Amino acid sequence: MAKMEMQNVTLTYGQRSVVRELSLHIYPGELLGLVGPNGCGKTSIIKALSHVLIPDAGRILLDGQELGAISRTELARLIGVVPQNPSLPDTFTVFEVAILGRNPHLGLLSGETARDMAVVWQAMEKTGITHLAKRRIGELSGGEKQRVTIARVLAQEPQVILMDEPTANLDIFQQMDILDLITGMCREKNTAGLIAIHDLNIAAQYCTRIIMLKNGQIHAEGMPKEVVTAENVREVFGADTTVYPHPENNLPMVLPNTGCRHSGNGNKEKQANKVH
Amino acid sequence: MKNLESDKKLDIPAKENSEGEAANMAREFATYSSRRLLLIVSICGLLAACVIIALLALTVGSVGIPFKTVWQVLISHLPFVHAQANWSAVTDMIITGIRLPRILLAGAVGTALGTAGATYQGLFRNPLADPYLIGVAQGAALGAVLGFIVPWTFGGSYLIPVMAFIGAVAAVSVVYLIARVGKTAPVTTLILAGVAIGALLMSVTSYFTMISADKVRSILSWMMGNLSYAGWDQLGIITPYIVVGLAVIFLFARPLNVMQLDEDQAEQLGINVERTKIILLGAATLITAAAVCFVGTIGFVGIIVPHIVRLIWGPDHRLLLPLSAIMGAILLILADTASRTLMAPSEIPVGVITAFIGAPFFLFLLRRTKKAVF
Repeated sequence: MAKMEMQNVTLTYGQRSVVRELSLHIYPGELLGLVGPNGCGKTSIIKALSHVLIPDAGRILLDGQELGAISRTELARLIGVVPQNPSLPDTFTVFEVAILGRNPHLGLLSGETARDMAVVWQAMEKTGITHLAKRRIGELSGGEKQRVTIARVLAQEPQVILMDEPTANLDIFQQMDILDLITGMCREKNTAGLIAIHDLNIAAQYCTRIIMLKNGQIHAEGMPKEVVTAENVREVFGADTTVYPHPENNLPMVLPNTGCRHSGNGNKEKQANKVH
Repeated sequence: MKNLESDKKLDIPAKENSEGEAANMAREFATYSSRRLLLIVSICGLLAACVIIALLALTVGSVGIPFKTVWQVLISHLPFVHAQANWSAVTDMIITGIRLPRILLAGAVGTALGTAGATYQGLFRNPLADPYLIGVAQGAALGAVLGFIVPWTFGGSYLIPVMAFIGAVAAVSVVYLIARVGKTAPVTTLILAGVAIGALLMSVTSYFTMISADKVRSILSWMMGNLSYAGWDQLGIITPYIVVGLAVIFLFARPLNVMQLDEDQAEQLGINVERTKIILLGAATLITAAAVCFVGTIGFVGIIVPHIVRLIWGPDHRLLLPLSAIMGAILLILADTASRTLMAPSEIPVGVITAFIGAPFFLFLLRRTKKAVF
C-alpha cells in the first residue's frame, strides 16, 4: 500500500512562496486533515502531491520513489485527486464523466472492458448517483457535480486519495455521507487519504490526524484533540472560540465566542451611547 | 418514481444491488458498449451517403451526364474491366479528368476542415473555435498573396500553394511560441496570441492586396475558396498529409475526452497535457494547411460540421472526430456542386455557398433540438 511523503518542500507561485520547507507523511489507512486559513497553502500542497505543481525545493516521494521518476499514467493509477471546484463539460452525461476515471488503466487503442464498466458503476453506487447516470452535467446541482467528481476518482481505484474541500457544496447529510464513504475506504482498502477542509468540526470528527497550517508552515500536528484547541485556533485563525468535547465521542468541537456583540443588552448600550 | 429515488438516497452506501439497480447497470453498459456499434453503423451510413452524393455530383455540371453513363465510365476505368465504350472521349474526360478529381478534392478538403474544427473545439474547450482560430488562415493568406504579387522564380504553378502552406504552418508556430509561458502554453493565451498575430498578418495581407491592383480578383477568389483548378496532381499531393493527420487525431480521441475536464484534472488522470496539445495542434494545423493551400480559405465548414455531428451523436470525441471527417466531406461536396452549377457557366465562390446555405441549416438544427450543444 502506498505511502506519501513530503520532505522540506517549498512551493512558489511567481515570486511568492506559498509553502516553505514543509515536511509531512500520509500513511495507508489514515485520513489526514489539512486545516488552516484561506491562502495558507492547502491547495498548493495537494497540487504538488499530484505532481501538477512542481516544488522549487525539497522532494515528494510515493513509496520512496520521487514523483518525477514515475510516469503520468502510473501516477494516475496510484493517486486520485478531487480538486476544488473542478470544471466538468456540461454536455457530457454523468456516466461519461465517471468513466473518464478509467483512462489511466486503458491503452491508447483499447476500449473499456466489462470490468471497467463494473468499477465505474460501483463508484457511482457508492456516491449515490446511479439514478443520474444518463443526466447531463449541466442539469445537476453543485452537490451532485461534487459526487460525480468523487465517483470519477473512485473509478480510478487509487491507493492515495487527495481531496481539496470535497464537501464545500454539500449539506450536512451529504457531507457526512461522503466523509463516511471516504473514511470507510481508507480503513477497508487501506487507502492513504488527505483532505483539505475548512470546517474544523468536520475535520475533528472524521480525520485520524490533523495538520494545522499557518503561512505555509505547520503550526500544529497530531490527533484531533491535540490540534483543535482554542489556543491554536486563536493563533492560526485569529478567532476567539471555545472548544468543547463532543458529548458522545469526546472529540473537540469549536464554537465561536460571540461575546456580547449579539446579545440584546450590548446592542442597546451601544445604541444608547451613540444617541448621547 | 420520486419515492424510489429518495429510497435510493437513503440506502447509501448501497448494500446489495437491488434488482432494479442491476437492470439499470445492465442497461447503461449496453448503451455505452453499443457505442462502438453505433460508431461503425454511423460511419458506414455516412460513407454510403457520401459516395451516393459524390456520384450524383458527377452527373451535374455545364453538361448533364446520365447517371448510367457515369457509372459505366467509372467501371470501365477499374482494372481488369473491359467495357464496350458507347460514350465519347469528351464525356470520359469530363468525368474522370475534371469532375472526379474536383469532387474528391472537395471531399478531402471537407474531411480535413471538419476534423480540424472538431479538434480545435475540443482542445480549446470553446464552441467558437474553428481551424482558422489561431492564425492558419491569415498565415496561409499572407503566403498566398506574396506568391501572387512577388515575381518569384521558383515553384512554377505550385508557388502559391507552397507559400500558403508555409505561411499557415509558420503562423501557428509563432503563435505557439509566443503563447508559451514557462513550460506550457495556456489555452486562453494561445487564443489571444492567435487573434493578435492573425490581425497583424491580416493587415499586411490587406495592404499587399490593395497595392496589387491587377491581382485583386485572383487574391479575393483564393481567400473565398475556389476548387476550379482541381486536378489529380493536387489531390495526390495533399492526401498523404491529410491521411497522416487524421490518423494521429483519431488516436487521441479518448485523451481529448479527458481534456474536456480542466488541464489539472487531465494531468491527474494520466494525460500529458502539453504533449497532447502540441501533437493535436500540429496534426490539426497540418491538415488545415494542406486543405487550404490549393483551394483557399473556405470558411464555415470547420465550425459548423462538428456542431452538426454533436447535435446528432453527442459530445464523445470517439464518435465526433471520425463522423466530423465524413460529414465535412459531404458538406463540401454539396457546396462545391452548388458553386459550379447554380450560376453555370460562371462559378460562385464555394466559401460563399458554405456560409449562405450552411448558416440557415445550422440555425434550423439549433432551434429544433433546443438543447445545449457544447
